[in-house]
Order: sequence, then structure tokens, then C-alpha cells
Amino acid sequence: MPGQTLYDKLWNSHVVRTEADGTALLYIDRHYVHEVTSPQAFEGLRLAGRQPWRVGSMVATADHNTPTKDWQDGITDPISRTQVETLDDNIRAFGAKAYFPFRDRGQGIVHVIGPEQGATLPGMTVVCGDSHTSTHGALAALAFGIGTSEVEHVLATQCLLIKKAKSFLVRVEGVLARGCTAKDIALKLIGEIGTAGGTGCAIEFAGSAIRALSVEARMTLCNMAIEAGARAGMVAADDRTIKYVQGRPFAPRGADWERAVAYWRTLNSDADAVFDRVLELDAARIKPAVTWGTSPEMVASVSCKVPDPRKEADPVRREAMERALAYMGLTPNMPITDIKVDKVFIGSCTNSRLEDLREAAAVARGRRKADNVRQVLVVPGSGLVKTQAEAEGLDKVFLAAGFEWREPGCSMCLAMNDDRLEPGERCASTSNRNFEGRQGAGGRTHLVSPAMAAAAAIAGRFVDVREVV
Amino acid sequence: MQAFTQHQGLVAPLDRPNVDTDAIIPKQFLKSIKRSGFGPNLFDEWRYLDRGEPGMDQARRPRNPNFVLNQERYLGASILLARENFGCGSSREHAPWALADFGFRAVIASSFADIFFNNCYKNGLLPIVLDSATVERLFRATEASPGFRLKVDLPAQRVVLPDGETLRFEIDPFRKHCLTNGLDDIGLTLQHAEVIREFEARRRAEQPWLF
Repeated sequence: MPGQTLYDKLWNSHVVRTEADGTALLYIDRHYVHEVTSPQAFEGLRLAGRQPWRVGSMVATADHNTPTKDWQDGITDPISRTQVETLDDNIRAFGAKAYFPFRDRGQGIVHVIGPEQGATLPGMTVVCGDSHTSTHGALAALAFGIGTSEVEHVLATQCLLIKKAKSFLVRVEGVLARGCTAKDIALKLIGEIGTAGGTGCAIEFAGSAIRALSVEARMTLCNMAIEAGARAGMVAADDRTIKYVQGRPFAPRGADWERAVAYWRTLNSDADAVFDRVLELDAARIKPAVTWGTSPEMVASVSCKVPDPRKEADPVRREAMERALAYMGLTPNMPITDIKVDKVFIGSCTNSRLEDLREAAAVARGRRKADNVRQVLVVPGSGLVKTQAEAEGLDKVFLAAGFEWREPGCSMCLAMNDDRLEPGERCASTSNRNFEGRQGAGGRTHLVSPAMAAAAAIAGRFVDVREVV
Repeated sequence: MQAFTQHQGLVAPLDRPNVDTDAIIPKQFLKSIKRSGFGPNLFDEWRYLDRGEPGMDQARRPRNPNFVLNQERYLGASILLARENFGCGSSREHAPWALADFGFRAVIASSFADIFFNNCYKNGLLPIVLDSATVERLFRATEASPGFRLKVDLPAQRVVLPDGETLRFEIDPFRKHCLTNGLDDIGLTLQHAEVIREFEARRRAEQPWLF
């Protein structure tokens, strides 16, 4: 029998039963819940007279709608408030293992607080009504986003009906250059394979460059797997994984800890495992990336020029490029470093953890934002990240640079609260999607790493962070 | 769930690749706690010239005359013809809710993003994958002949053109079974409650730290 991939191991250990056509009933260990994609699921449960199968699997928080300032005023948008209060009511009625409501010290972006609390453990199946659930795969878990009907299905049955995906190994060997990060690896990959390149696949990230990444950086990488079309991204468990989990509130202790670690040590792909697809990237060739279009695959290195649609042979792609450049207000062949920014957003489930804030602060320290930059938002991923950052004095660095230091939440990644771009405004953003209107109707988003975002804030335009630090 | 067997309807072409779920239904409309009422805001930023907010009187909003769904010849369309990677991005099920609420029963594309594809089946909306050359041909036929209609026959797994030509499509047998019968898959899964309980008990014994 050939060896198993990490994905095979995670999959096989959760299959309850299989239909004749291969559709599996997959057991779910951890179910994260937030306010936007859960109300209809809870309502469905009520209408059918059903109870949650296992409330102990549920960890909930309010993050998408919540404001990032003036918390003493509560949520002033009545529709947002209703949605958040509906989550409060549902958790009160049904229960959960843990709930971090609006203004709780542990509140934050669901994909930041899960790993932070030790609620995501290696070997788990993890779901949430949110596509960026792939983030949790950084801890050698099988984690993927689901729709609201599936949220209801998991609530009611603790299982999902799902077919196994293809396995896709992305091996990154070598050493990343100074100033280059997991975000740049993710954008490089998406630029190579496209936003549908991983469709139908579960990606495992491996290789020396991945092993050298911190667990937080691995989360950034797995977070963006969905932007490559893959529902799940994952990294094998190693010493870093185990060290990361140890001592967190929901992590096992004592004898359980020893047993768990022994099992987690097996959570990697066997040497003779066969993948459906393999792609190799050379870490040394990865450069700081900046997206120029309205899809994450429309990306270039900071030292490049905005591409010219006339050089694109495929007519559908050419038209998409032309439409993107018109929306973004960019001219073909202009240097990326000539693009000026109006706003900067440092945050989101991609890049709002402590290390991200440290990287941004290292660039901002002792400098000030450029005059043409109207606003720089720094939004920590959770209340705990915020507290730790303040203990290190990062808030002072940001404030001295003219940046704003906000309360945790999803914020301007998707602009469901008041943090948004106005029509035509251009933003250097550490988030994950540069779709039309994503950060506000008519807004123009360029995806970058935290250090690149901070550097753009200081220079007022995109600059190669390697020339700054 | 509404069952899907056969459907015949007007085809509307949405000629761009990588249409994301943010475009299908923008974020400000996700604040609703209901499953219905998203149709008027389907493709909101492309369909209207002003900025849409929840609670607006949709009938009074200025429409973008260039957007395909606003063109007279496509009014009443119930089959959406799209390009590759349709439904990418956010997992929001509000996207298929909006498409279904608007009146679409099927979407034809050369590929779909995984989560959107799944979400469609839960809402009686049939996503049909055809190869890109065929999709290209359907785009040309739709644009060339006003009133272009297609018939979708799910039990036979065929799309039938006006001239009688048939195009076969693939679908997982289990999904087909659920959709043609309008089955509630939670009900189906709960028929296996005992097996789930046994699995769970075994897991609890082997890995108690997960519980």
C-alpha cells in the first residue's frame, strides 16, 4: 500500500460512512460560528424542531459587523446590531463551548481567536461558515469553509456530506529573502496557478521554506489557499506546531497532552505518499508582491510594471485585464512603485496576528505616514493580540507614525462596518481579496504584506520594503 | 428544498470570468438574518448606478442600462450563462439565495468555485458544468438570437438547444438524487444517527482532548 498524504490521514480518521458514489459523511470536531452566516442556520434548526448535536464543538464570536472604535457607544448601525444580538440570543439559547461576544476581551476575528485559544488542534476537522476557515490548516487540521445550509447540517448532525478532494502538494524549497513573507508566497502561488488553480483540491504546503515559517506565518499562507481556489490548505505538524499549541486555554494537559503529542507527530505525509498534483516554488525567487487588478491572481512583484493587456493572447483574459485596469484607474506599463495610495489597512484574518503587527511596526518605527495618505488603519485580530501588542509598545509606534490603532474585528477587509473605502480611493491592504467593491463600493484594493503596507503608508506609494528596512 | 427535474427558460449571458460572490451579493446585504429577499440586490454594484444600502426602495434606483440583466431582451431570464470560476471568493450562501430569489433556476459555466457549487445544490439551483468550447458556443448563440432558450433535463443530465441538439453534463449521483427529489439532507443524515453516535463514542475514547 502506498504511503498516505496528510490529507488522507485527516480524511480517513473522520469518515463515519460512505455513500455508493463516494460521498462521505465526515465527522466535524470543531465548529466556529460568527454572526453573519449563522442566523439562518439556527432559524432552520428551530423551524425543524432540532437541537444542536454537540454544543461542545462550537466556539463563537462576533467579528464581521462589529465596529473598531467608540466601543462605549455599542453598535450604532441597527441592522448590524440586530445580527450581533441574534448571535447573542442563539448562543444563550443553545450554548457553546466558548463565546467571545462583542467587547469581550477574548473577542476577535474567528480565525485569529480559534488557534489563539487552542480551540483548533492538530488532527481536527474544523469548519465555519466562512471561506477563510482554511487558515486553521496551519495546525495540521483539515479546515474548510462551508455555506449556511452546511452550518445547519453540522449543527444538527455534527457531520458534513462531502466528497474527497484531490491532493495538491505545493513544495517551497530554499530561503526567503529578507523582507519577503508568507503573504508573498501565497500571492506568488496564486499568480502562478490562478484563482481557480486549486479548485477541487486540498493543498498541503511543504518544503524547507514552509518548515522555516512560524505557525502564524503558516496561517497566513493557509488562509490564502481559498484564494487559489482550494477549500483547504494545510501544513504538517512539527515542533513549531506543538510548541505553539502548548499551554493555550483549550489545549490538552497532563497525560492527555502526552497522548495528543504522540498522535500529532504522525500528522505528516509519508515519504512515499502520492499526490494528484505537485508544484514546486523556489523561495529565493519570491519577491514582495503587489496586486494590480481585481482578482488575487492579478499580481506582480513590486519591482515590475503594470502589465499590458495588448500582450495577452486570450481574448477573455484580455478583456478581464482591461476591465480590471479601468476599474483600478491604472495605465499599462506604469511602474508599480509609481502607484500612490490614499489609505492603508493592516489587519484581517490573513495578517492581523502579533507577528504581522511587529513587522509593520518595524517599518513604521520612527517614521511618519506620507501627507497624501488619508488614513492608516491598524486593526489587531483579537483582543489578546491587541493587549500583547500594547505590552510591546507597538500601539505607540503606530500612533507616532500617524496610524490609527483600533479595536479588533474584520473591519475593512470586507467593510461590513464603518471602515471602508470611498469610491475611487486606493488602498494598500494586508487582507485577502481585491475584488471590485470588496473594501467599499468603487474602492481600489492592492494586496500586500504587512511590511509592504506600512512602507506604502510611509512613502505614500508602493515601495520595495527591502529598500526600507 | 425545491426539487429540480426539468426546466425550460430564457438564457442571460454574463460574459466575464471569475465572478466572485462579493459581486453576486455585496456585503451590506449580508446583515439580514433571513434567507429570502436578496433578489433585488443581486449583482447590486453592476445593476444600479447608485450605491445600494439595505432598506432602499429598489424600484426608484437608477439602473445601469449596460448591465445584461437590465436589458429588455433578457428580462425574465431563468438560466444564467457564465464563464470560468463562477462564484469564487466568500462562502456566503446569500449568493445562491440571491440568484434563486431573482428567478434563476440554473447556472451554466465552464467551472465553478467549490463552496458556491455546493451551496447551489442546497437551494434548488442547478450548477451545470460544460466544457469551455461549448460555453463559448452558447454565448454566441445567446447573443445572436434574441429569446434564446434552453431546456435543462436533470434526470437525463442533458441541456437541450432550440434545434434539438443535446449537451450531456455530469453530476454526482447522490446530489442528483437529493435535488430531483427535493430531499432535506439533514433528514437523510439523521437516518444514520446511530452510526454517528458510535463513531463519536469511539473518538471520545481515543482522543478525549477533542471533547
